[in-house]
Amino acid sequence: MKEPEIDNLKKLLKDSLPPAERIELQRDLWPAMLQRLDQRTMRVPWWDWALLATLVVALCIFPGIIPALLYHL
Amino acid sequence: MELLERFAAGDVDAFEALFRQYQSEVYRWLMRIVRNTAVAEDLTVETFWRMHRAHARFDPAMGNCGAWLRRIATNAAIDHLRHSRHEVPLPDDLPATAQQPPAEQLELRHEILRAMDKLSPRIRAVVLLALVEEEPYQRIAEALGISENAVKVRVFRGVRILRKTLSQAGVHP
Repeated sequence: MKEPEIDNLKKLLKDSLPPAERIELQRDLWPAMLQRLDQRTMRVPWWDWALLATLVVALCIFPGIIPALLYHL
Repeated sequence: MELLERFAAGDVDAFEALFRQYQSEVYRWLMRIVRNTAVAEDLTVETFWRMHRAHARFDPAMGNCGAWLRRIATNAAIDHLRHSRHEVPLPDDLPATAQQPPAEQLELRHEILRAMDKLSPRIRAVVLLALVEEEPYQRIAEALGISENAVKVRVFRGVRILRKTLSQAGVHP
C-alpha cells in the first residue's frame, strides 16, 4: 500500500471524525470516584456469603435446630 | 515521602491528589478512543479504580504515572469497545468539519462509522489514535504495551480493512 493512499484515507477520516484534541473534561469526577470506592467498601465479603450458605444448608438438613437457633437469637 | 510512594503504600489522600492531577489527561486520552463524553467519563473512573486496585504493584521508582495510566485507560477502552461491539456503532460526540454539504457529509460519516465498526477493538483503537489523532507511534505502542512495529502492522491492517469496506459502500478513499 502506498503512502498517498494512507494519506487520502487519513484525510477522509479526519474530515468525518474530527480529532478530539480540544475536548476538555466538563466536571470533576472525584465524587463519582468516591462513590465507586464506597461501593467497594460496602460489598459483602465472599466469606460472609459462604457462612450464610452453610447455615441455610444446615437448616434444610437439620430443621430441628431452628427452634434452638431462634431461642439463642 | 513522595506522592507516588505514598500512593503505592495505599494512602488515599495521595490517590486523590493523583486523581485530580491526571483526570483531565486520562479523559482526553479516552475521548480519542471512545469518542463519547459519557463513556469517557465512566472509563476515567474505571481507569482510576483499576489503578487504585493495583497500587501495591506500582513501582514509584518507575516514576511515569501518566504512561501507566494511559496503558490502564487504553485497556479499559478496548474492553469497553469489545463489549459494546455489534450493539451500537462507534458513537461520535465530536462535531464534524463543515467541508461538504450536510447530507453528503452525514452519509459519508455514517459509512465511515460503519466501516470502523468492522475493525476489531485493538485495531480500531490504533487507527483512531494513529490516523485521526496523529499520536506518535511510540506513545501508542507504550499505551498498548506493544512494539512500534506492531503498531505499524495494526495501522496497515486497519487501513486495508477500511479501504475495502468503504469501497464496497461506494466510497473510494
